[in-house]
Amino acid sequence: MSASLRFTTFAAPARFYRLATALNPWLWASAIVLTVAGLYVGFFVAPTDATQGESYRIIFIHVPAAWMSMVIYLAMAFWAAVGWILNARMASMLAHALAPTGALFTFLALWTGAFWGKPTWGTWWVWDARLTSELILLFLYLGYIALAASIDDVVRGDKASALLAIVGVVNVPIIYFSVRWWNTLHQGATISLTAAPKMAQSMLLGMMLMTFAFWAYAFAAAFTRAQALALERERDTDWVRSLSRAGAAR
Amino acid sequence: MNWGSFAEFASMGGYGLYVWGAYAVTLATMLLEPWLARRHRSRALRAAASNTHEE
Repeated sequence: MSASLRFTTFAAPARFYRLATALNPWLWASAIVLTVAGLYVGFFVAPTDATQGESYRIIFIHVPAAWMSMVIYLAMAFWAAVGWILNARMASMLAHALAPTGALFTFLALWTGAFWGKPTWGTWWVWDARLTSELILLFLYLGYIALAASIDDVVRGDKASALLAIVGVVNVPIIYFSVRWWNTLHQGATISLTAAPKMAQSMLLGMMLMTFAFWAYAFAAAFTRAQALALERERDTDWVRSLSRAGAAR
Repeated sequence: MNWGSFAEFASMGGYGLYVWGAYAVTLATMLLEPWLARRHRSRALRAAASNTHEE
């Protein structure tokens, strides 16, 4: 009992709000510094690709965006499930806060993929397993956002959208393994845990720096939105009242 | 260093449209989203403040 008590204490929106306020400047700063470093390595250190020329430099945003689109979906479904099962208010808000950021990264994975596909495959789009399952991910995000927005009752909206998020998780391994399960135009995994990377060290470094930059960005953006949701949903609580009184006095 | 001049950098070995088309939209949307999120939060703060004053 004491463990669950502690959990809810830490999950309290007031504590989350303070924590996010403290962390956000560092997260934004990390995102900017890592982006500058990643782009420097990506454009000025990493060599020209032997087969794709300079077009491959899209990799430094395409692969991190595609990874984030999947990771954020899993995080969103996880917090939606926690919010549903444990009735934790902040967990549901965090799930809703993650959705637009995840949708953005999914869109960017598709967009940068199209701009990479055109020069390398000769087409912006193809109904290939990897591309199609990533497009379905975008529809899952948009469906989740629309469903949550369409239900006025907060608790019912959280539950209905959580169900959609959890069912949609099945799509994530399909995206990830699509290049292995089907014969796709999309190339295989760029790096894997089991094999040595098939790319130059500097290319890998640029990609990892951009991935960490996107992580920091995703945390900061989702935290900011979660703070907004917490203020809206908890507007009649003491912590929001004292916060807005402090803001008015400032 | 990969580039002899700015023009060389901008042309990206003939792939300028694709590389910069991908990067420009990424940059624009990744500036827009935080701006929207922060606007959402400041509006929520203002709404909370007016809610307090009504009491």
